[in-house]
Amino acid sequence: MANQEPVIRIEGLKKYFSTARGLLHAVDDVTFSIEKGKTLGVVGESGCGKSTLGRTIIHLLEKTDGKIWLEGQDISDVKGRELRKAREQMQIIFQDPYSSIDPRKTIEATVREPLVVSRKFKKNEIDDKAQELMELVGIDERLRRSYPHELDGGRRQRVGIARALALNPKFVVCDEPVSALDVSIQAQVLNLLKRLQMDRGLTYMFVTHDMSVVRHISDDICVMYLGQVVEKCPSKELFKNPLHPYTKALLSAIPSTDIDHPFQREILQGELTSPINPKPGCRFAARCKYATEDCQQPQVQEEVSPGHFVRCCRVGEIN
Amino acid sequence: MADTKKKTRNGQSEFAMIWKQLKKNKLAMAGLIIFLLELVLAFLAPLYIPYGITEMDPVAQRAAPSAAHWFGTDNLGRDIFSRICYGGKYSLTMGIITILLSNGVGIVIGAVAGYFGGWVDNLIMRICDVFQSMPGMLLNIVLCAVLGSGWFNTILALAIGNVPGSVRMLRASMLKQRGAEYVEACQSINCSTPRIIFSHLLPNSFSPMLVGMSMGMSMMMTMAASLSFIGLGIQPPIPDWGAMLSDARQFIRIAPHMIIFPGIAIAISVLALNLLGDGIRDAADPKLRR
Repeated sequence: MANQEPVIRIEGLKKYFSTARGLLHAVDDVTFSIEKGKTLGVVGESGCGKSTLGRTIIHLLEKTDGKIWLEGQDISDVKGRELRKAREQMQIIFQDPYSSIDPRKTIEATVREPLVVSRKFKKNEIDDKAQELMELVGIDERLRRSYPHELDGGRRQRVGIARALALNPKFVVCDEPVSALDVSIQAQVLNLLKRLQMDRGLTYMFVTHDMSVVRHISDDICVMYLGQVVEKCPSKELFKNPLHPYTKALLSAIPSTDIDHPFQREILQGELTSPINPKPGCRFAARCKYATEDCQQPQVQEEVSPGHFVRCCRVGEIN
Repeated sequence: MADTKKKTRNGQSEFAMIWKQLKKNKLAMAGLIIFLLELVLAFLAPLYIPYGITEMDPVAQRAAPSAAHWFGTDNLGRDIFSRICYGGKYSLTMGIITILLSNGVGIVIGAVAGYFGGWVDNLIMRICDVFQSMPGMLLNIVLCAVLGSGWFNTILALAIGNVPGSVRMLRASMLKQRGAEYVEACQSINCSTPRIIFSHLLPNSFSPMLVGMSMGMSMMMTMAASLSFIGLGIQPPIPDWGAMLSDARQFIRIAPHMIIFPGIAIAISVLALNLLGDGIRDAADPKLRR
């Protein structure tokens, strides 16, 4: 099992947007892989390129550079029919269940659409599959003919999940699927996602800015800052032993209920630097209290302990 | 039992659903009925009108409404009732066909511009700018002069002049929808571009267009009238309503009935179509369904 190909593997993935003021480095040199049935949590503050990363992997955005493998197959530059085939294997669940469903289509029509578009099924097969999907995600039979505005956020998100799973994908990008929902609904949807992962052997890339959500669902976590992965390691390790100064600051922002380890928030100084034409050095250097001359040099990702990658030249000294 | 289940499961077509909703809207149905009635009356006019459309009554020029001439007569002594009934055929069809033609073309071009953006959008919009930089009336005169007069050429001229406006209107609402996440969702499930545009984006950006269409109708009718006023468009003695209006202008003080009756005919058609247009818009929007 250990030498099985990871479901998704990306190497040096870059996505730049050209803006009036220069190149915006939304995703810069990201490398990771996700094994079958695992969840990679991607965390970071807003604007750090988490969502762009997810969209670039599943070819909703065109990458600038880098490689993407799906189950060992190079899909970096697929087009036409190959792309359509690859997309059936990779799906996305969107953040905002209010805008990610066509308001003029019934729930059933939305769930059926991927099946209809794929042209692989006969009409009665589509009927059966659509019903099966709605049962799977827990949408009541009577809501079939409803319109999105008649449903609450949680139910709409279930519709989005049903649509994403219709073609039986292997890899699903969850783009902050619960951040637009009430806390009480969040848990329901998270549990649904977990159950579906177990039942169907799905592989998730779970994008979020909510540390408690990511802890609940992820096997591995990568922390992004301004388009780069600053730290990547197994979930438990990250919460126990964060190494990058940014990760430390991020974790310190989680309120603590433990009386022996009171909540000691580390306040970051300064503002997020601009992602447009960034300097070659460490992107976090401007806000980092450990920053030195060396941090102005390009940083490389180092494996400090097995499975624990950090992009910081001073990681040895400050820990 | 099995049969009924199948039917609800497969659902009705979009049109059947809109029609079902529309039937519940009394005002819209009134609009539809009035409009259909007008069309029937207009096309059957030769069968029932009391006077010929060019028949002059030498003793009753600009005569007020009476038992002999229900809507009075015009300055040449022609019966206004007969002329309105007969002219409806030209006025109504001109308004509707112009609007359908120009908006049909406008929808396709506007959808393409709004969806693809970039240089395609730029090119289309600049061409629209060229058309719209000329005053609408002048453009119509030029087109009419090039195409020649007559019923269909007038329609063509008016439609061409009206296309840029509808392209712009659809493009604007298309741009608004373009950024919605459901478009990305469609791409991720492999929807083809035409499917995304026509099955998802268009139904969502069509409502402003419907309102524009029902309002545009009256504008087209008066535009057609203006064209015949300056000798282009429909030629006398064919009595289209707009032409009757403009002929009557100089007699507005001494024979107001000459302008009132064609005016009422236009107003009723416009009202009926507005009611119908609003009704269709509401029926097509699931949020407004009851």
